[in-house]
Amino acid sequence: MRGVKMSEILSFWKGDERGNCFSKCENDFSICVPIATQLLHATGVATAFKLRKQKRVVVTSCGDGATSEGDFYEALNIAGVWQLPVVFVINNNQWAISLPLDAQTHAKTLAQKAIAAGISGEQVDGNDVVAVKFVVDRAIAKARVGNGPSVIEALTYRLGDHTTADDANGYRSQDKYGEVLQQAWKEEPLLRLRRYLFEKKYWSEAEEEQLKKRYHATIEMAVAEYLALPKPTITDLFDYHYATLPADLSEQRIEAEALFRLHEIGKE
Amino acid sequence: MTEITLIDAINQALHYEMHADKDVIVLGEDIGINGGVFRATRGLFEKFGAERVLDTPLAESMIAGLSIGMATQGLKPVAEFQFMGFSYPALDQIINHAARLRNRTRGRLHCPLVFRMPYGAGIHAPEHHSESTEAIFSHIPGLRVVVPSSPARAYGLLLAAIRDPDPVIFLEPTRLYRLNRQKVPDTGVALPLDQSFLLREGNDLTLISWGAMLRETLLAADALLQKGLSAEVIDVATLKPLDCDTLVFSLEKTGRCVIIHEAARFCGVGAEIAAQLSEKAFFSLKAPIQRVTGYDVTVPYAQLEKQYLPSVERIINVVDQTLGFA
Repeated sequence: MRGVKMSEILSFWKGDERGNCFSKCENDFSICVPIATQLLHATGVATAFKLRKQKRVVVTSCGDGATSEGDFYEALNIAGVWQLPVVFVINNNQWAISLPLDAQTHAKTLAQKAIAAGISGEQVDGNDVVAVKFVVDRAIAKARVGNGPSVIEALTYRLGDHTTADDANGYRSQDKYGEVLQQAWKEEPLLRLRRYLFEKKYWSEAEEEQLKKRYHATIEMAVAEYLALPKPTITDLFDYHYATLPADLSEQRIEAEALFRLHEIGKE
Repeated sequence: MTEITLIDAINQALHYEMHADKDVIVLGEDIGINGGVFRATRGLFEKFGAERVLDTPLAESMIAGLSIGMATQGLKPVAEFQFMGFSYPALDQIINHAARLRNRTRGRLHCPLVFRMPYGAGIHAPEHHSESTEAIFSHIPGLRVVVPSSPARAYGLLLAAIRDPDPVIFLEPTRLYRLNRQKVPDTGVALPLDQSFLLREGNDLTLISWGAMLRETLLAADALLQKGLSAEVIDVATLKPLDCDTLVFSLEKTGRCVIIHEAARFCGVGAEIAAQLSEKAFFSLKAPIQRVTGYDVTVPYAQLEKQYLPSVERIINVVDQTLGFA
Protein backbone atom coordinates (compact mmCIF):
# COMPACT_ATOMS: atom_id res chain seq x y z
CA MET A 1 0.00 0.00 0.00
CA ARG A 2 1.28 3.37 -1.04
CA GLY A 3 3.33 5.18 1.60
CA VAL A 4 2.38 2.89 4.47
CA LYS A 5 5.34 2.29 6.76
CA MET A 6 6.44 -1.26 7.35
CA SER A 7 6.25 -0.71 11.10
CA GLU A 8 2.61 0.33 10.68
CA ILE A 9 1.84 -2.89 8.82
CA LEU A 10 3.49 -4.85 11.63
CA SER A 11 1.41 -3.00 14.22
CA PHE A 12 -1.79 -3.73 12.31
CA TRP A 13 -1.13 -7.44 12.03
CA LYS A 14 -0.17 -7.59 15.68
CA GLY A 15 -3.64 -6.32 16.56
CA ASP A 16 -2.95 -2.65 17.16
CA GLU A 17 -5.29 -0.06 15.61
CA ARG A 18 -2.44 2.44 15.53
CA GLY A 19 -1.17 0.48 12.55
CA ASN A 20 -3.97 2.14 10.57
CA CYS A 21 -2.94 5.62 11.62
CA PHE A 22 -0.73 6.07 8.58
CA SER A 23 1.78 8.86 9.04
CA LYS A 24 2.65 9.38 5.37
CA CYS A 25 -0.63 9.02 3.48
CA GLU A 26 -3.12 10.48 5.84
CA ASN A 27 -6.20 10.47 3.60
CA ASP A 28 -5.81 6.93 2.31
CA PHE A 29 -8.07 4.16 3.52
CA SER A 30 -6.65 1.41 5.68
CA ILE A 31 -6.96 -2.31 5.01
CA CYS A 32 -10.63 -3.18 4.56
CA VAL A 33 -11.59 -6.53 6.04
CA PRO A 34 -15.25 -6.87 4.88
CA ILE A 35 -15.18 -7.99 1.26
CA ALA A 36 -15.84 -5.45 -1.53
CA THR A 37 -17.07 -2.65 0.72
CA GLN A 38 -13.88 -0.69 -0.06
CA LEU A 39 -14.91 -0.39 -3.70
CA LEU A 40 -17.76 1.91 -2.66
CA HIS A 41 -15.47 4.00 -0.46
CA ALA A 42 -13.29 4.42 -3.52
CA THR A 43 -16.24 5.75 -5.52
CA GLY A 44 -16.97 8.20 -2.69
CA VAL A 45 -13.40 9.47 -2.65
CA ALA A 46 -13.50 9.71 -6.45
CA THR A 47 -16.74 11.70 -6.19
CA ALA A 48 -15.03 14.11 -3.80
CA PHE A 49 -12.13 14.55 -6.24
CA LYS A 50 -14.55 15.14 -9.08
CA LEU A 51 -16.71 17.66 -7.20
CA ARG A 52 -13.61 19.56 -6.17
CA LYS A 53 -12.27 19.44 -9.73
CA GLN A 54 -9.04 17.88 -8.55
CA LYS A 55 -7.04 15.95 -11.14
CA ARG A 56 -6.74 12.97 -8.87
CA VAL A 57 -7.53 9.30 -9.36
CA VAL A 58 -8.50 6.54 -6.92
CA VAL A 59 -7.13 3.02 -7.25
CA THR A 60 -8.83 0.24 -5.34
CA SER A 61 -8.38 -3.51 -5.43
CA CYS A 62 -10.31 -6.63 -4.56
CA GLY A 63 -10.09 -10.36 -5.09
CA ASP A 64 -12.02 -12.66 -7.41
CA GLY A 65 -14.41 -13.61 -4.59
CA ALA A 66 -15.33 -9.95 -4.07
CA THR A 67 -16.80 -9.78 -7.57
CA SER A 68 -19.77 -11.82 -6.31
CA GLU A 69 -20.67 -9.19 -3.69
CA GLY A 70 -23.43 -6.68 -4.27
CA ASP A 71 -21.11 -3.82 -3.38
CA PHE A 72 -18.89 -4.77 -6.34
CA TYR A 73 -21.72 -4.26 -8.82
CA GLU A 74 -23.01 -1.17 -7.02
CA ALA A 75 -19.54 0.38 -7.17
CA LEU A 76 -19.01 -0.35 -10.86
CA ASN A 77 -22.49 0.94 -11.61
CA ILE A 78 -22.09 4.31 -9.89
CA ALA A 79 -18.56 4.71 -11.26
CA GLY A 80 -20.01 4.26 -14.73
CA VAL A 81 -23.04 6.51 -14.30
CA TRP A 82 -21.02 9.35 -12.82
CA GLN A 83 -17.88 8.65 -14.89
CA LEU A 84 -15.75 8.69 -11.74
CA PRO A 85 -11.96 8.80 -11.75
CA VAL A 86 -11.46 5.36 -10.28
CA VAL A 87 -9.59 2.23 -11.30
CA PHE A 88 -10.79 -1.15 -9.99
CA VAL A 89 -8.08 -3.79 -9.95
CA ILE A 90 -9.24 -7.36 -9.44
CA ASN A 91 -6.55 -9.65 -8.17
CA ASN A 92 -7.91 -12.87 -9.66
CA ASN A 93 -5.89 -15.61 -8.00
CA GLN A 94 -8.60 -18.19 -8.80
CA TRP A 95 -9.39 -19.00 -5.17
CA ALA A 96 -11.60 -17.32 -2.57
CA ILE A 97 -10.44 -19.33 0.45
CA SER A 98 -11.77 -22.74 -0.59
CA LEU A 99 -13.93 -21.77 -3.54
CA PRO A 100 -12.42 -22.02 -7.01
CA LEU A 101 -13.37 -19.44 -9.62
CA ASP A 102 -15.65 -21.77 -11.59
CA ALA A 103 -17.79 -22.12 -8.46
CA GLN A 104 -17.75 -18.35 -7.97
CA THR A 105 -19.09 -17.29 -11.35
CA HIS A 106 -20.32 -18.65 -14.65
CA ALA A 107 -18.89 -15.61 -16.44
CA LYS A 108 -15.95 -16.41 -18.71
CA THR A 109 -13.94 -13.50 -17.31
CA LEU A 110 -14.27 -11.06 -14.44
CA ALA A 111 -13.28 -8.17 -16.66
CA GLN A 112 -16.50 -8.63 -18.65
CA LYS A 113 -18.50 -7.69 -15.56
CA ALA A 114 -17.54 -4.11 -16.46
CA ILE A 115 -19.64 -4.35 -19.62
CA ALA A 116 -22.90 -4.38 -17.65
CA ALA A 117 -21.83 -1.13 -15.98
CA GLY A 118 -20.96 0.41 -19.33
CA ILE A 119 -17.30 0.85 -18.45
CA SER A 120 -14.16 -0.60 -19.92
CA GLY A 121 -12.73 -3.83 -18.59
CA GLU A 122 -9.60 -5.70 -19.56
CA GLN A 123 -7.55 -8.66 -18.50
CA VAL A 124 -3.84 -8.54 -17.89
CA ASP A 125 -1.25 -11.16 -17.04
CA GLY A 126 -1.08 -10.47 -13.33
CA ASN A 127 2.22 -12.29 -13.04
CA ASP A 128 3.86 -9.86 -15.44
CA VAL A 129 4.96 -6.87 -13.38
CA VAL A 130 5.69 -4.74 -16.44
CA ALA A 131 2.34 -5.49 -18.08
CA VAL A 132 0.40 -4.74 -14.88
CA LYS A 133 2.19 -1.42 -14.48
CA PHE A 134 1.46 -0.58 -18.09
CA VAL A 135 -2.30 -1.20 -17.95
CA VAL A 136 -2.75 0.40 -14.53
CA ASP A 137 -0.81 3.50 -15.63
CA ARG A 138 -2.95 3.68 -18.75
CA ALA A 139 -6.20 3.39 -16.80
CA ILE A 140 -5.06 6.05 -14.30
CA ALA A 141 -4.10 8.42 -17.11
CA LYS A 142 -7.48 7.87 -18.75
CA ALA A 143 -9.33 8.56 -15.50
CA ARG A 144 -7.21 11.62 -14.77
CA VAL A 145 -8.25 13.38 -17.94
CA GLY A 146 -11.91 12.70 -17.22
CA ASN A 147 -12.44 9.71 -19.45
CA GLY A 148 -13.95 7.55 -16.75
CA PRO A 149 -13.36 4.43 -14.74
CA SER A 150 -11.82 1.08 -15.68
CA VAL A 151 -11.82 -2.48 -14.46
CA ILE A 152 -8.58 -4.42 -14.68
CA GLU A 153 -8.59 -8.15 -14.04
CA ALA A 154 -5.09 -9.26 -13.15
CA LEU A 155 -4.81 -13.02 -13.68
CA THR A 156 -2.65 -14.87 -11.24
CA TYR A 157 -2.73 -17.95 -9.05
CA ARG A 158 -2.77 -18.32 -5.30
CA LEU A 159 0.33 -20.36 -4.52
CA GLY A 160 -0.07 -20.72 -0.78
CA ASP A 161 -2.80 -21.20 1.77
CA HIS A 162 -5.38 -18.44 2.27
CA THR A 163 -3.89 -17.54 5.68
CA THR A 164 -1.56 -19.11 8.20
CA ALA A 165 -4.70 -20.59 9.78
CA ASP A 166 -5.78 -22.22 6.51
CA ASP A 167 -4.76 -25.57 5.03
CA ALA A 168 -5.45 -25.62 1.30
CA ASN A 169 -4.80 -29.39 1.09
CA GLY A 170 -8.34 -29.90 2.34
CA TYR A 171 -9.85 -28.43 -0.82
CA ARG A 172 -6.98 -28.20 -3.30
CA SER A 173 -5.63 -31.72 -3.53
CA GLN A 174 -2.26 -32.45 -5.10
CA ASP A 175 -3.99 -35.04 -7.30
CA LYS A 176 -6.29 -32.55 -8.90
CA TYR A 177 -4.28 -29.34 -8.70
CA GLY A 178 -0.64 -30.48 -8.49
CA GLU A 179 0.14 -29.75 -12.11
CA VAL A 180 -1.65 -26.40 -12.10
CA LEU A 181 0.33 -25.37 -9.03
CA GLN A 182 3.60 -26.45 -10.58
CA GLN A 183 2.86 -24.37 -13.64
CA ALA A 184 1.80 -21.42 -11.46
CA TRP A 185 5.09 -21.50 -9.58
CA LYS A 186 6.90 -21.14 -12.90
CA GLU A 187 5.04 -17.88 -13.43
CA GLU A 188 5.58 -16.53 -9.92
CA PRO A 189 5.92 -12.81 -10.67
CA LEU A 190 9.05 -11.98 -8.64
CA LEU A 191 11.03 -14.97 -9.88
CA ARG A 192 9.81 -14.25 -13.39
CA LEU A 193 10.92 -10.62 -13.23
CA ARG A 194 14.26 -11.75 -11.86
CA ARG A 195 14.72 -14.21 -14.75
CA TYR A 196 13.85 -11.51 -17.21
CA LEU A 197 16.30 -9.02 -15.69
CA PHE A 198 19.08 -11.60 -15.65
CA GLU A 199 18.43 -12.65 -19.24
CA LYS A 200 18.52 -9.04 -20.38
CA LYS A 201 21.59 -8.44 -18.20
CA TYR A 202 19.83 -5.58 -16.38
CA TRP A 203 20.61 -7.27 -13.10
CA SER A 204 23.45 -9.21 -11.49
CA GLU A 205 24.04 -11.50 -8.53
CA ALA A 206 26.17 -8.82 -6.89
CA GLU A 207 23.41 -6.21 -7.19
CA GLU A 208 20.92 -8.68 -5.79
CA GLU A 209 23.11 -9.42 -2.79
CA GLN A 210 23.40 -5.70 -2.13
CA LEU A 211 19.66 -5.24 -2.43
CA LYS A 212 19.00 -8.14 -0.06
CA LYS A 213 21.35 -6.60 2.51
CA ARG A 214 19.59 -3.27 2.18
CA TYR A 215 16.16 -4.84 2.55
CA HIS A 216 17.34 -6.87 5.50
CA ALA A 217 18.46 -3.67 7.24
CA THR A 218 15.18 -1.92 6.33
CA ILE A 219 13.16 -4.77 7.81
CA GLU A 220 15.28 -4.91 10.96
CA MET A 221 14.76 -1.18 11.42
CA ALA A 222 11.00 -1.50 10.89
CA VAL A 223 10.82 -4.32 13.42
CA ALA A 224 12.83 -2.26 15.90
CA GLU A 225 10.54 0.72 15.33
CA TYR A 226 7.49 -1.46 15.84
CA LEU A 227 8.91 -3.02 19.02
CA ALA A 228 9.78 0.41 20.43
CA LEU A 229 6.15 1.53 20.24
CA PRO A 230 4.68 1.76 23.75
CA LYS A 231 1.79 -0.60 24.37
CA PRO A 232 -1.70 0.84 23.83
CA THR A 233 -3.43 1.94 27.02
CA ILE A 234 -6.85 0.97 28.31
CA THR A 235 -8.18 4.48 27.66
CA ASP A 236 -7.42 4.01 23.95
CA LEU A 237 -10.46 1.73 23.95
CA PHE A 238 -12.68 4.73 24.47
CA ASP A 239 -10.93 7.75 23.04
CA TYR A 240 -11.47 7.32 19.30
CA HIS A 241 -15.14 6.56 18.87
CA TYR A 242 -16.32 10.16 18.82
CA ALA A 243 -14.59 13.50 18.32
CA THR A 244 -15.53 14.32 21.92
CA LEU A 245 -16.19 11.64 24.47
CA PRO A 246 -19.92 11.43 25.27
CA ALA A 247 -20.86 11.52 28.95
CA ASP A 248 -21.99 7.89 29.17
CA LEU A 249 -18.82 6.63 27.53
CA SER A 250 -16.78 8.84 29.82
CA GLU A 251 -18.30 7.03 32.82
CA GLN A 252 -17.26 3.67 31.38
CA ARG A 253 -13.79 5.00 30.65
CA ILE A 254 -13.31 6.10 34.25
CA GLU A 255 -14.60 2.77 35.52
CA ALA A 256 -12.35 0.73 33.22
CA GLU A 257 -9.27 2.78 34.02
CA ALA A 258 -9.86 2.53 37.77
CA LEU A 259 -10.33 -1.25 37.57
CA PHE A 260 -7.19 -1.58 35.47
CA ARG A 261 -5.17 0.48 37.97
CA LEU A 262 -6.43 -1.60 40.85
CA HIS A 263 -5.43 -4.75 38.99
CA GLU A 264 -1.96 -3.32 38.29
CA ILE A 265 -1.50 -2.39 41.96
CA GLY A 266 -2.56 -5.92 42.88
CA LYS A 267 0.21 -7.33 40.71
CA GLU A 268 2.90 -5.17 42.33
CA MET B 1 -43.59 34.61 10.41
CA THR B 2 -45.51 31.71 8.91
CA GLU B 3 -45.78 28.47 10.77
CA ILE B 4 -44.16 25.48 9.11
CA THR B 5 -44.41 21.69 9.31
CA LEU B 6 -41.67 19.30 10.37
CA ILE B 7 -40.89 18.43 6.76
CA ASP B 8 -40.63 22.16 5.95
CA ALA B 9 -38.26 22.56 8.88
CA ILE B 10 -36.02 19.77 7.55
CA ASN B 11 -36.04 21.48 4.18
CA GLN B 12 -35.26 24.85 5.76
CA ALA B 13 -32.31 23.39 7.68
CA LEU B 14 -30.92 21.76 4.53
CA HIS B 15 -31.21 25.03 2.62
CA TYR B 16 -29.54 26.94 5.45
CA GLU B 17 -26.60 24.61 5.84
CA MET B 18 -25.98 24.06 2.13
CA HIS B 19 -25.79 27.81 1.78
CA ALA B 20 -23.55 28.24 4.83
CA ASP B 21 -21.15 25.37 4.14
CA LYS B 22 -20.14 24.43 0.61
CA ASP B 23 -18.87 21.05 1.82
CA VAL B 24 -22.42 19.91 2.53
CA ILE B 25 -23.59 17.52 -0.21
CA VAL B 26 -27.11 16.11 -0.34
CA LEU B 27 -27.66 12.75 -2.00
CA GLY B 28 -30.15 9.92 -2.28
CA GLU B 29 -32.84 8.37 -4.41
CA ASP B 30 -35.24 10.85 -6.05
CA ILE B 31 -33.96 13.70 -3.89
CA GLY B 32 -32.81 15.98 -6.72
CA ILE B 33 -35.18 17.00 -9.47
CA ASN B 34 -38.07 15.32 -7.65
CA GLY B 35 -37.22 16.89 -4.29
CA GLY B 36 -37.59 13.62 -2.41
CA VAL B 37 -40.63 11.38 -2.00
CA PHE B 38 -41.70 13.45 1.01
CA ARG B 39 -40.33 16.69 -0.53
CA ALA B 40 -37.70 17.10 2.20
CA THR B 41 -35.14 18.22 -0.38
CA ARG B 42 -37.37 20.27 -2.67
CA GLY B 43 -35.74 23.32 -4.18
CA LEU B 44 -32.19 22.24 -3.33
CA PHE B 45 -31.43 20.97 -6.81
CA GLU B 46 -32.57 24.22 -8.41
CA LYS B 47 -30.62 26.31 -5.94
CA PHE B 48 -27.38 24.37 -5.47
CA GLY B 49 -27.16 22.40 -8.70
CA ALA B 50 -26.43 18.84 -9.75
CA GLU B 51 -22.92 18.93 -8.28
CA ARG B 52 -24.12 19.25 -4.69
CA VAL B 53 -27.52 17.62 -4.93
CA LEU B 54 -26.90 14.13 -6.23
CA ASP B 55 -29.66 11.91 -7.55
CA THR B 56 -28.22 8.44 -7.00
CA PRO B 57 -29.02 5.10 -8.57
CA LEU B 58 -31.23 2.83 -6.49
CA ALA B 59 -28.68 1.14 -4.22
CA GLU B 60 -28.62 1.79 -0.48
CA SER B 61 -25.30 0.16 0.33
CA MET B 62 -23.81 2.31 -2.42
CA ILE B 63 -25.34 5.47 -0.97
CA ALA B 64 -23.78 4.68 2.40
CA GLY B 65 -20.39 3.54 1.10
CA LEU B 66 -20.16 6.50 -1.27
CA SER B 67 -21.02 8.90 1.56
CA ILE B 68 -18.30 7.37 3.72
CA GLY B 69 -15.74 7.85 0.96
CA MET B 70 -16.77 11.48 0.49
CA ALA B 71 -16.79 12.17 4.22
CA THR B 72 -13.22 10.95 4.67
CA GLN B 73 -12.13 13.62 2.20
CA GLY B 74 -13.74 16.41 4.21
CA LEU B 75 -17.12 16.65 2.52
CA LYS B 76 -20.25 16.50 4.68
CA PRO B 77 -22.72 14.20 2.95
CA VAL B 78 -26.34 14.26 4.05
CA ALA B 79 -27.82 11.12 2.52
CA GLU B 80 -31.48 10.18 2.47
CA PHE B 81 -32.79 6.65 2.68
CA GLN B 82 -36.30 6.68 1.30
CA PHE B 83 -37.67 4.78 4.31
CA MET B 84 -36.01 3.25 7.35
CA GLY B 85 -37.07 -0.20 6.16
CA PHE B 86 -34.86 0.25 3.10
CA SER B 87 -31.76 1.23 5.04
CA TYR B 88 -30.92 -2.36 5.91
CA PRO B 89 -28.83 -3.12 2.80
CA ALA B 90 -26.62 -0.26 4.04
CA LEU B 91 -26.14 -1.67 7.54
CA ASP B 92 -22.87 -3.33 6.52
CA GLN B 93 -21.44 0.03 5.46
CA ILE B 94 -22.91 1.90 8.42
CA ILE B 95 -21.96 -0.56 11.15
CA ASN B 96 -18.70 -1.86 9.73
CA HIS B 97 -17.32 1.41 8.42
CA ALA B 98 -19.11 4.69 9.17
CA ALA B 99 -19.29 3.90 12.88
CA ARG B 100 -15.76 2.57 13.11
CA LEU B 101 -13.45 4.49 10.81
CA ARG B 102 -12.43 6.98 13.50
CA ASN B 103 -11.59 4.25 15.98
CA ARG B 104 -10.04 1.94 13.39
CA THR B 105 -7.61 4.61 12.27
CA ARG B 106 -7.10 6.10 15.73
CA GLY B 107 -8.66 9.38 14.66
CA ARG B 108 -6.95 9.71 11.27
CA LEU B 109 -10.12 9.25 9.18
CA HIS B 110 -13.59 10.13 10.33
CA CYS B 111 -17.09 10.36 8.92
CA PRO B 112 -18.90 13.69 9.28
CA LEU B 113 -22.09 12.47 7.66
CA VAL B 114 -25.83 12.22 8.26
CA PHE B 115 -28.11 9.40 7.19
CA ARG B 116 -31.64 10.81 7.19
CA MET B 117 -34.61 8.49 7.00
CA PRO B 118 -38.36 8.68 7.55
CA TYR B 119 -39.35 6.21 10.24
CA GLY B 120 -42.31 4.97 12.21
CA ALA B 121 -45.88 3.87 11.60
CA GLY B 122 -49.16 5.71 11.28
CA ILE B 123 -49.30 6.82 7.66
CA HIS B 124 -51.19 3.79 6.26
CA ALA B 125 -48.22 2.76 4.18
CA PRO B 126 -47.44 -0.66 2.70
CA GLU B 127 -45.03 -3.07 4.39
CA HIS B 128 -41.49 -1.89 5.22
CA HIS B 129 -42.58 1.76 5.32
CA SER B 130 -43.46 1.83 9.04
CA GLU B 131 -40.29 0.55 10.70
CA SER B 132 -39.09 1.77 14.05
CA THR B 133 -35.84 -0.10 14.52
CA GLU B 134 -33.85 2.63 16.22
CA ALA B 135 -32.47 0.09 18.69
CA ILE B 136 -30.38 -1.50 15.90
CA PHE B 137 -28.50 1.74 15.35
CA SER B 138 -28.46 2.71 19.04
CA HIS B 139 -26.58 -0.49 19.82
CA ILE B 140 -23.64 0.47 17.65
CA PRO B 141 -20.64 2.23 19.22
CA GLY B 142 -19.56 5.23 17.18
CA LEU B 143 -23.03 6.20 15.96
CA ARG B 144 -25.34 8.97 17.10
CA VAL B 145 -29.08 8.39 16.84
CA VAL B 146 -31.22 11.51 16.82
CA VAL B 147 -35.02 11.77 16.62
CA PRO B 148 -36.81 15.14 16.37
CA SER B 149 -40.38 15.48 17.58
CA SER B 150 -41.37 18.99 16.46
CA PRO B 151 -40.58 21.35 13.57
CA ALA B 152 -38.29 23.48 15.76
CA ARG B 153 -36.37 20.50 17.07
CA ALA B 154 -36.16 19.02 13.56
CA TYR B 155 -34.53 22.23 12.34
CA GLY B 156 -32.14 22.67 15.26
CA LEU B 157 -31.17 19.03 15.58
CA LEU B 158 -30.61 18.52 11.85
CA LEU B 159 -28.27 21.51 11.78
CA ALA B 160 -26.42 20.05 14.76
CA ALA B 161 -26.28 16.62 13.10
CA ILE B 162 -24.77 18.04 9.90
CA ARG B 163 -22.21 20.04 11.88
CA ASP B 164 -21.26 17.08 14.07
CA PRO B 165 -17.94 15.50 13.07
CA ASP B 166 -19.26 11.96 13.55
CA PRO B 167 -21.93 9.88 11.77
CA VAL B 168 -25.51 10.64 12.77
CA ILE B 169 -28.57 8.49 12.10
CA PHE B 170 -31.34 11.07 11.83
CA LEU B 171 -34.78 9.49 12.18
CA GLU B 172 -37.67 11.62 10.99
CA PRO B 173 -41.08 10.58 12.34
CA THR B 174 -43.11 10.22 9.18
CA ARG B 175 -46.37 10.62 11.09
CA LEU B 176 -45.27 14.09 12.24
CA TYR B 177 -44.07 15.32 8.85
CA ARG B 178 -47.22 17.34 8.22
CA LEU B 179 -49.13 17.00 11.48
CA ASN B 180 -48.33 20.25 13.29
CA ARG B 181 -47.12 23.68 12.39
CA GLN B 182 -44.78 25.88 14.37
CA LYS B 183 -42.81 29.08 13.93
CA VAL B 184 -39.21 28.11 13.18
CA PRO B 185 -36.95 31.13 12.69
CA ASP B 186 -34.30 30.44 10.03
CA THR B 187 -31.45 31.66 12.20
CA GLY B 188 -29.07 28.75 11.68
CA VAL B 189 -28.97 28.13 15.42
CA ALA B 190 -28.47 24.46 16.18
CA LEU B 191 -29.88 22.63 19.19
CA PRO B 192 -27.55 20.57 21.35
CA LEU B 193 -27.09 16.88 20.58
CA ASP B 194 -26.71 14.27 23.33
CA GLN B 195 -29.28 16.12 25.38
CA SER B 196 -32.87 15.39 26.29
CA PHE B 197 -35.53 18.10 26.31
CA LEU B 198 -37.89 18.72 29.18
CA LEU B 199 -41.18 19.40 27.38
CA ARG B 200 -43.35 19.75 30.44
CA GLU B 201 -42.66 20.01 34.16
CA GLY B 202 -44.61 17.91 36.62
CA ASN B 203 -44.44 16.28 40.02
CA ASP B 204 -46.35 13.03 40.06
CA LEU B 205 -44.68 10.96 37.39
CA THR B 206 -42.17 11.12 34.54
CA LEU B 207 -43.17 10.21 30.99
CA ILE B 208 -40.24 9.48 28.70
CA SER B 209 -40.62 9.23 24.93
CA TRP B 210 -39.27 10.36 21.56
CA GLY B 211 -40.42 10.97 18.01
CA ALA B 212 -44.06 10.63 17.04
CA MET B 213 -45.11 8.94 20.29
CA LEU B 214 -44.63 12.22 22.11
CA ARG B 215 -47.97 13.28 20.63
CA GLU B 216 -49.87 10.54 22.50
CA THR B 217 -47.62 11.01 25.51
CA LEU B 218 -48.52 14.70 25.75
CA LEU B 219 -52.22 13.90 25.28
CA ALA B 220 -51.95 11.41 28.15
CA ALA B 221 -50.29 14.10 30.26
CA ASP B 222 -53.21 16.45 29.42
CA ALA B 223 -55.68 13.78 30.56
CA LEU B 224 -53.79 13.44 33.83
CA LEU B 225 -54.07 17.16 34.42
CA GLN B 226 -57.85 16.75 34.32
CA LYS B 227 -57.46 14.42 37.28
CA GLY B 228 -55.27 16.95 39.08
CA LEU B 229 -52.05 15.05 38.45
CA SER B 230 -49.02 16.55 36.75
CA ALA B 231 -46.66 14.52 34.57
CA GLU B 232 -43.15 15.58 33.65
CA VAL B 233 -42.65 14.88 29.92
CA ILE B 234 -39.19 14.35 28.49
CA ASP B 235 -38.24 14.09 24.82
CA VAL B 236 -35.11 11.93 24.77
CA ALA B 237 -34.24 13.33 21.29
CA THR B 238 -30.74 11.79 21.16
CA LEU B 239 -31.16 8.07 21.80
CA LYS B 240 -27.44 7.47 21.55
CA PRO B 241 -25.49 8.66 23.42
CA LEU B 242 -28.22 8.80 26.06
CA ASP B 243 -28.57 11.83 28.35
CA CYS B 244 -29.35 9.78 31.42
CA ASP B 245 -28.73 12.67 33.85
CA THR B 246 -31.86 14.53 32.77
CA LEU B 247 -33.94 11.37 33.22
CA VAL B 248 -32.44 10.57 36.63
CA PHE B 249 -32.97 14.14 37.77
CA SER B 250 -36.65 13.92 36.89
CA LEU B 251 -37.11 10.51 38.46
CA GLU B 252 -35.54 11.72 41.69
CA LYS B 253 -38.31 14.28 41.78
CA THR B 254 -41.29 12.17 40.74
CA GLY B 255 -40.28 8.64 41.78
CA ARG B 256 -42.43 7.12 39.03
CA CYS B 257 -41.74 6.60 35.37
CA VAL B 258 -43.32 5.26 32.21
CA ILE B 259 -41.38 4.94 28.96
CA ILE B 260 -43.33 5.11 25.72
CA HIS B 261 -42.07 4.04 22.31
CA GLU B 262 -43.63 2.60 19.20
CA ALA B 263 -40.79 0.17 18.47
CA ALA B 264 -41.16 -3.45 19.54
CA ARG B 265 -40.54 -3.90 23.26
CA PHE B 266 -37.85 -6.61 23.32
CA CYS B 267 -34.39 -5.01 23.43
CA GLY B 268 -35.97 -1.66 22.57
CA VAL B 269 -34.32 1.57 23.66
CA GLY B 270 -36.89 1.66 26.48
CA ALA B 271 -35.24 -1.43 27.97
CA GLU B 272 -31.90 0.35 28.08
CA ILE B 273 -33.43 3.44 29.66
CA ALA B 274 -35.23 1.32 32.28
CA ALA B 275 -32.03 -0.54 33.08
CA GLN B 276 -29.99 2.64 33.47
CA LEU B 277 -32.66 4.27 35.62
CA SER B 278 -32.89 1.25 37.89
CA GLU B 279 -29.10 1.35 38.28
CA LYS B 280 -28.92 5.06 38.93
CA ALA B 281 -32.19 6.03 40.59
CA PHE B 282 -33.32 2.85 42.31
CA PHE B 283 -33.81 4.41 45.72
CA SER B 284 -35.99 7.17 44.28
CA LEU B 285 -38.42 4.68 42.81
CA LYS B 286 -41.90 4.45 44.29
CA ALA B 287 -43.13 2.06 41.59
CA PRO B 288 -41.64 -0.27 38.98
CA ILE B 289 -40.49 1.43 35.79
CA GLN B 290 -43.02 0.53 33.12
CA ARG B 291 -43.07 0.56 29.35
CA VAL B 292 -45.81 1.18 26.82
CA THR B 293 -44.51 0.01 23.46
CA GLY B 294 -45.32 -1.62 20.18
CA TYR B 295 -45.86 -5.37 20.53
CA ASP B 296 -43.09 -7.83 19.66
CA VAL B 297 -44.59 -8.42 16.25
CA THR B 298 -43.93 -7.26 12.71
CA VAL B 299 -45.36 -3.79 12.23
CA PRO B 300 -48.78 -4.47 10.67
CA TYR B 301 -50.18 -3.11 7.41
CA ALA B 302 -52.56 -0.16 7.57
CA GLN B 303 -55.63 -1.96 8.91
CA LEU B 304 -54.13 -3.02 12.23
CA GLU B 305 -51.77 -0.10 12.60
CA LYS B 306 -53.85 1.65 15.24
CA GLN B 307 -54.01 -1.50 17.33
CA TYR B 308 -50.22 -1.82 17.18
CA LEU B 309 -49.25 1.72 18.11
CA PRO B 310 -49.45 2.70 21.79
CA SER B 311 -52.62 4.74 22.19
CA VAL B 312 -53.42 7.45 24.72
CA GLU B 313 -55.64 4.90 26.47
CA ARG B 314 -52.85 2.33 26.74
CA ILE B 315 -50.54 4.96 28.14
CA ILE B 316 -53.13 6.10 30.69
CA ASN B 317 -53.79 2.50 31.76
CA VAL B 318 -50.14 1.92 32.52
CA VAL B 319 -49.81 5.34 34.12
CA ASP B 320 -52.72 4.45 36.42
CA GLN B 321 -50.98 1.22 37.44
CA THR B 322 -47.77 3.11 38.11
CA LEU B 323 -49.56 5.70 40.22
CA GLY B 324 -51.43 2.90 42.01
CA PHE B 325 -48.30 1.70 43.80
CA ALA B 326 -48.50 3.08 47.32
